Amino acid sequence: MPSQGSTCEAPHDPRPLVLSLKGITKRFGPLTANDHIDLDVRAGEIVALLGENGAGKTTLMSILFGHYIADEGSVSIADADGKLAPLPGGSAQAALAAGIGMVHQHFALAENLTGFENIVLGTQSLWSLRPRGRGARDKIARLMAESGLAVDLDVPVARLSVGEQQRIEILKALYRDVRVLILDEPTAVLTPQEADSLAATVRTLAGKGLAVIFISHKLHEVLALCGRVVVLRGGTKVADRPTAGADRATLAELMVGRAIPARERPPSTPGAPVLSLRRVSVGALSQRDRLEGADLDVRAGEIVGIAGVSGNGQGALAALVAGLAAPRAGEAMIDGVRLAGADPAGRVAAHVGRIPEDRHRDGTIGSLSVAENFVLETISAPENQRAGLIRRAAIRARAMEAIQAYDVRCPGPDAAIRALSGGNMQKVVLARVLEREPKLVLAHQPTRGLDIGATTDVHRRLIAARGRGAAVLLISEDLDELFALSDRIAVVHAGHLSPALDAAGLDVRTVGLMMAGHGAGEAA
Amino acid sequence: MIRFVPRTRTPVWLSVAVSIGAGLAALALTAIPLALTGAPVFTAFALMAQGAAGNGFALAETLTRATPLIFTGLAAAVAFRAKLWNIGAEGQLYAGALATVALGAGLIEAPSYVLVPLVLIGAALAGAVLLLVPVLFKTRFGADEVVVTLLLNFIVLLFVQMMLEGPMKDEMALGWPQSAPVLDEATLPKLVSGWRLHGGLVLAILAAVLLHVFITRTVWGFRIRAVGENARAARYAGLPVGKAMALVGLLSGGLAGLAGASEVAGLKGYLTADLSPGFGYAGIVVATLANLSPLGVIPAALFVAGVFVGADSMSRAIGVSNYLADLVVAFALLSVLVGGLLTRFRIVFVRRGTA
Amino acid sequence: MWEALDILTQANFWAATIRIATPLIFGVLGALLCERAGVLNLGIEGIFVAGAMSGWLAVYLGLPLWGGVVVAALVGSLFGLVHGVLTVPLGLSQHVTGIGVTLLATSMAYFGYRVAFPNVATPPRIEPFAPLDVPLIGDLPFIGPILAQQTGFTVLAFACVGVLAFVLARTPLGLALRAVGDNPEAVEAQGLSVVALRIGAVMAGSALMALGGAFLTLSAFNAFYFGMINGRGWVCIALTVFASWRPGKALLGALLFGALDAYQLRIQTIAGGVVPSQIFLMLPYIFSIAALVLVARRADYPRALMKPYFKGQR
Repeated sequence: MPSQGSTCEAPHDPRPLVLSLKGITKRFGPLTANDHIDLDVRAGEIVALLGENGAGKTTLMSILFGHYIADEGSVSIADADGKLAPLPGGSAQAALAAGIGMVHQHFALAENLTGFENIVLGTQSLWSLRPRGRGARDKIARLMAESGLAVDLDVPVARLSVGEQQRIEILKALYRDVRVLILDEPTAVLTPQEADSLAATVRTLAGKGLAVIFISHKLHEVLALCGRVVVLRGGTKVADRPTAGADRATLAELMVGRAIPARERPPSTPGAPVLSLRRVSVGALSQRDRLEGADLDVRAGEIVGIAGVSGNGQGALAALVAGLAAPRAGEAMIDGVRLAGADPAGRVAAHVGRIPEDRHRDGTIGSLSVAENFVLETISAPENQRAGLIRRAAIRARAMEAIQAYDVRCPGPDAAIRALSGGNMQKVVLARVLEREPKLVLAHQPTRGLDIGATTDVHRRLIAARGRGAAVLLISEDLDELFALSDRIAVVHAGHLSPALDAAGLDVRTVGLMMAGHGAGEAA
Repeated sequence: MIRFVPRTRTPVWLSVAVSIGAGLAALALTAIPLALTGAPVFTAFALMAQGAAGNGFALAETLTRATPLIFTGLAAAVAFRAKLWNIGAEGQLYAGALATVALGAGLIEAPSYVLVPLVLIGAALAGAVLLLVPVLFKTRFGADEVVVTLLLNFIVLLFVQMMLEGPMKDEMALGWPQSAPVLDEATLPKLVSGWRLHGGLVLAILAAVLLHVFITRTVWGFRIRAVGENARAARYAGLPVGKAMALVGLLSGGLAGLAGASEVAGLKGYLTADLSPGFGYAGIVVATLANLSPLGVIPAALFVAGVFVGADSMSRAIGVSNYLADLVVAFALLSVLVGGLLTRFRIVFVRRGTA
Repeated sequence: MWEALDILTQANFWAATIRIATPLIFGVLGALLCERAGVLNLGIEGIFVAGAMSGWLAVYLGLPLWGGVVVAALVGSLFGLVHGVLTVPLGLSQHVTGIGVTLLATSMAYFGYRVAFPNVATPPRIEPFAPLDVPLIGDLPFIGPILAQQTGFTVLAFACVGVLAFVLARTPLGLALRAVGDNPEAVEAQGLSVVALRIGAVMAGSALMALGGAFLTLSAFNAFYFGMINGRGWVCIALTVFASWRPGKALLGALLFGALDAYQLRIQTIAGGVVPSQIFLMLPYIFSIAALVLVARRADYPRALMKPYFKGQR
């Protein structure tokens, strides 16, 4: 463990304190989510809160915002005169009134209301007969001019793009005259340009004296934007230091608590194409998520990564391979068989292993047992049933083996799968998919929301599948993951899929530009 | 501060305890309006218990009343498990009863080992087809099945009245709107001579056991459970979602149809428009009390039937309205819903700390 | 044939249309208020019964007519409170709880009525709302007689349409109600209470439903009968979808339904004997199902409808 921990304090800073957390501790049963955490934030400062999933970032912010009550410790916030006063816990109203604003990763917007209505929602008595009007509009117009956040206020939020919705969220906080703004993973849903523009806005706001807490796990953003970084690991604060002089490797080690081993990816010689798309179009799942005339080959024994900002067509590609969508035009083949209609069962039969993007929604059935989820796709296969009757003992025995082989931590094969942690749930999905030795593996955001341990495990399994000769299609929004695993990478933007290029010849910058719609040649 | 922590699994004893507790809570809640009327509360409940199970005859009455409730309870249980909100068991019951009379009152003459199964199949089909309409409206047009099944109840009842005043009217019934009686060959045998208890009860219990085996042990039962819990994941996994829903519809409607057949061919012998005093709606209570378990439907139906039979008898003795039974049943439904929280969550009291 | 068309020119027909529509106006407004806030209230059928019985009983026991209206609204909001508490903070199934509330409200009303009147051959009567005899309006050609037949209770229903439309569209409260039915997190994040808003909406909506029932016993008829609601509540749930959760369209849907019902009652007497009366009686229900199926695909359900919300769970 590196020695520069909490000892490395920031030097004296003349700016006034606006927020001070002292000794915040929160326990959930045996788990200590926050262990005596101190955090000071000064006016005009941009502080990064860095940590893995489960490090305690969300819990800390939830306490600050009144969703949870701390077991120990205190939160103080500067009042109008700049004097620190304690903030009563457990009340979102109190946090709002004290000038704390938060932009969540999943936006808290009513999509049937306009941007203006969302901003003024809850800012006046419910029993008033006159809605906010001109005065509110003038104020928002001024805020938009000052911060550079331009957005149409008078269309329903549902019709705005993700970036525009985020601007509404920030305006919501600014309208309430916040002095502390918390941004939770704000760039996860943005294109690189949108992220740049957000960074500019954040700098402008901080320049006017706003304190910003920037929650992220993207190290390069943290280094570029923030003046100070606070690292949480396992519920404790392990570092609080200026970003000046820090580099990605040290921050990563602080975050994980050990040096991250380089992933071993033995060389492999690709075989014949297993998935082959020629001028394939897939209809719109949402407004933007469609595929137009895509060409792609994924060969046996290689991992092809698909990069792109969510909603640019990777959903349509995943739906096509998973059998949820039919090609509207062009020719799609899996293992030499032409794909026609939407047919998930047909993909299972064709030995396509599918890891869905959302394991809760698409990958598992919460109230069914681990064993039942293990055979979800293959319940009608002879090894699982005889004359329509389920062979329970056989299924249970094989589920036990899979639990062993994949190291699933669970009370047993009969436990309801919803009781499992995300990582263990994903292991059950992996076991289901990989035990059948698939010819093609679709891994759609396979490590989203997992901690580093579970992520490493998923990566190891995918590389092993490649080594066994499976063709792997990896769709991810995490560029680090794509570069760590992929032999070739293609980028999807606005429904168009770029050619898959050798990953060794690409860098993150080039791929980032392609994600924003610049061609490969132009970017390089 | 109270927190609900989801349980990983629910012990069977807890589910049973919650159901029993809900029954008791319902009686306690009913005691309040009962006391307000000035009636002797304990005497009334004692008379109810006596009327429901005080002697062999009373018990037989309760079992007779439980028979249609088992069928409609199973109909609700299988549908609700798949999140198909079939509130139309009342109408499906009448459709089954109508089919029973149509087939069993003289249209076909055959020995009973042919006619009884024929009548039962006809009644089940009639109920099933009636539910298939809202299921199709739901899957094809996205129309909410709750409202459609509810409104169909009224349409079916009007249709029954129309048939009883028209083509199916028994001319011998001196102007009463009732159907011709079913033939002896179509009648379900009495279980004990002199009592009203009939073969429908055996069929109902058999149906509960078969449905239990079907849901827990067969591939299609597995698919129904999967589709009911998370249709998206079931579709992703390649399970036949539409077919599973249609099958649930057929099963649920069919079971409700059998309730009608059992009442006509086992108990009444003919069809009138007041055949069911709300058996279809009470089935929802039965299924919920049973925690949607087919085997649990049997005791739950016995409880609800006992309340109704007991209340009738109590009402005759001390003149308190037998609508008291409906009160008990309504309270039981709401109590078991609240109690169900205990089976799904552990209630943890969290110290309200300082911050 | 001409007789069938002639009905449309009779003032009586249009007066009946409004009379039949009035309880439905209350019911659809109540249902749409609950659903706009994200709660399906299938207690509506029972709340109609309880409103009809309690409002009538209050007047029978000596309260003035408007006192009966208030009592019905209070009783309705009480059942709304039960439904709200069970479905909002406890997050129980809105379908099953609603059925439970309907069973409870119905059985309480029936039990109460039987306790009050153990053995009556004919239902006791009250003096119901009298038609508004506004001098000038009554003299207008054609619409004069139609309006002259209506009571103050009907005026209240039309006023409620305007008030609810105004509140939903124009006030901060309406903004919050629309938001909580779309995304409760948005409401919570702005410091408002999801639980309070939703329970409040369900209570107010249930009060409106109870007024629909009370209209039947205090204005349309003068006594309480068992089975007098007869599915009207369920019809309102269908009409709510048809009205796409808008008060103005709710009025339109209720009037359309009222016209159909009034028309079938009149055409029955013309076609009586040839076509069984039940066919006509089925028409309103069939119309409701058809209306539902017709708009279901395009229906823009409130996004959070039937989705329980628990604080801090994101």
